[in-house]
Amino acid sequence: MSKLYVARNPRVAARSLDGEMMIMSGRDSTLFTLNKTATILWQAADGATSLDEIVKLRICSEFDVEPAEALQDAENLARELASREILEVSEEPIPHRNPAGASR
Amino acid sequence: MSGLLVELHAKALAKNVPFSVQIDLTYRCNERCVHCYLDHNDHGEMTTDEIKRVLAEMADAGVFVMTFSGGEIFLRKDFFEILEYARYELHFCVKLKTNAIMIREQEAARLREIGVESIQISIYSHRPEVHDAITLVSGSLKRSIAAAKFLKSQGLRVIFANVLMVHNMRDYRDVRALAEELGIECTIDPTVTPMMDGDRSVLALGVGNQGLHEVFRDQNLVGNVDEFCAIPDPADEDSLFALPCSAGHTSCYVSPYGDVYPCVQFPLPTGNVRKQRFIDIWRDSDKMKEVRAIRLKDLTTCTSCSHVGSCSRCPGLAYMEGNMRGPSSQDCEKSFARTGVPSANMLAKKRNAANLVQIRTMPSPAGAPAGALA
Repeated sequence: MSKLYVARNPRVAARSLDGEMMIMSGRDSTLFTLNKTATILWQAADGATSLDEIVKLRICSEFDVEPAEALQDAENLARELASREILEVSEEPIPHRNPAGASR
Repeated sequence: MSGLLVELHAKALAKNVPFSVQIDLTYRCNERCVHCYLDHNDHGEMTTDEIKRVLAEMADAGVFVMTFSGGEIFLRKDFFEILEYARYELHFCVKLKTNAIMIREQEAARLREIGVESIQISIYSHRPEVHDAITLVSGSLKRSIAAAKFLKSQGLRVIFANVLMVHNMRDYRDVRALAEELGIECTIDPTVTPMMDGDRSVLALGVGNQGLHEVFRDQNLVGNVDEFCAIPDPADEDSLFALPCSAGHTSCYVSPYGDVYPCVQFPLPTGNVRKQRFIDIWRDSDKMKEVRAIRLKDLTTCTSCSHVGSCSRCPGLAYMEGNMRGPSSQDCEKSFARTGVPSANMLAKKRNAANLVQIRTMPSPAGAPAGALA
């Protein structure tokens, strides 16, 4: 399986409220909240770290889950967030367009 | 408000998080609206660096929705620098309030690129002679409408804000029609706000009871008129523990000079971000805590008013009238125009006025009938 890279879409608005990430779509102002796993993925999505590294370093260390299963779930989640224009997904590293890094 | 937004507001309230803030970037303006409550002279606006620092503090405090307003925001030469910082670096959901007359194709495209949630434009009438007579700038309606079209062509969300006054009372239906034709949302507000220095003379521009009565019976605005204008049910015990509004609870306002108020319409100084960290003002200001402690049961006159559970009472307008726990006469007038039932405040004023008038029969000169003036 080829590596996947994920990056936060700079057009969304985002803020953590008591550990829960609020996201407003830049496309149609739809408001979302991300669960804990999705929040970890969002915060780690710097465009340079591959999804399998994110899963290994950030998700498997946090949850008691098999790495292969976690990677599959993370990929599904990343693609779903990409379909809502919250994340960008690519098989190549994604150039840095968001200088501040993860949302506060 | 969507269910999720209500949920997030409730969470922000429970955690004492300022969910939304309005910053007026400047009080300078290129229009001179007859009803405006601001002093347009620059008394020392925050610099670009100061604003960026304050924005970063606000992001750290948890602020999600950031409204940039004024004055006219596009008069600041660093406006786009501030906006880019707020969006790209701090990821705020940004809303703009503007007269839009400085927005052309290029600015509209840049706003689209940076990403803003909405742009609210003040439109007073569909007729230039009425709109321009309110802004006191010839050609302003034409330029604002052109800007609205540029913004719409970029796919941005545009909202017309139509403040109703005696000048434009007859035009709101046509403003709404114009908005609909352009695919733009439209809000109608019959509230004229006193000047921030307390001068209430501008209130004479309001539509008055007759105007409110008419507006509140327009089903295109209020939906079910019978329901909207129904005599209110008595407030139950729970509603007396309700919060008056979000001011100071999940939202606040910052002036171009760094003063923090509970709301733009509630000029109670609670601190200044040039001297203190934003979060320290938000959490620890005695004034902010005082505002936060007020429940409907604590209001002086309103607690006994039949409208208490349904009134739009603005604590800021009440503060400007002299008592943040007191009634807001403008909202009393709205409740009366809506239902025909005078508020407790109106009845008390009537009693007090009656007590001031003392009519005594003059002793009549001999032969003249009692009470004759001649």
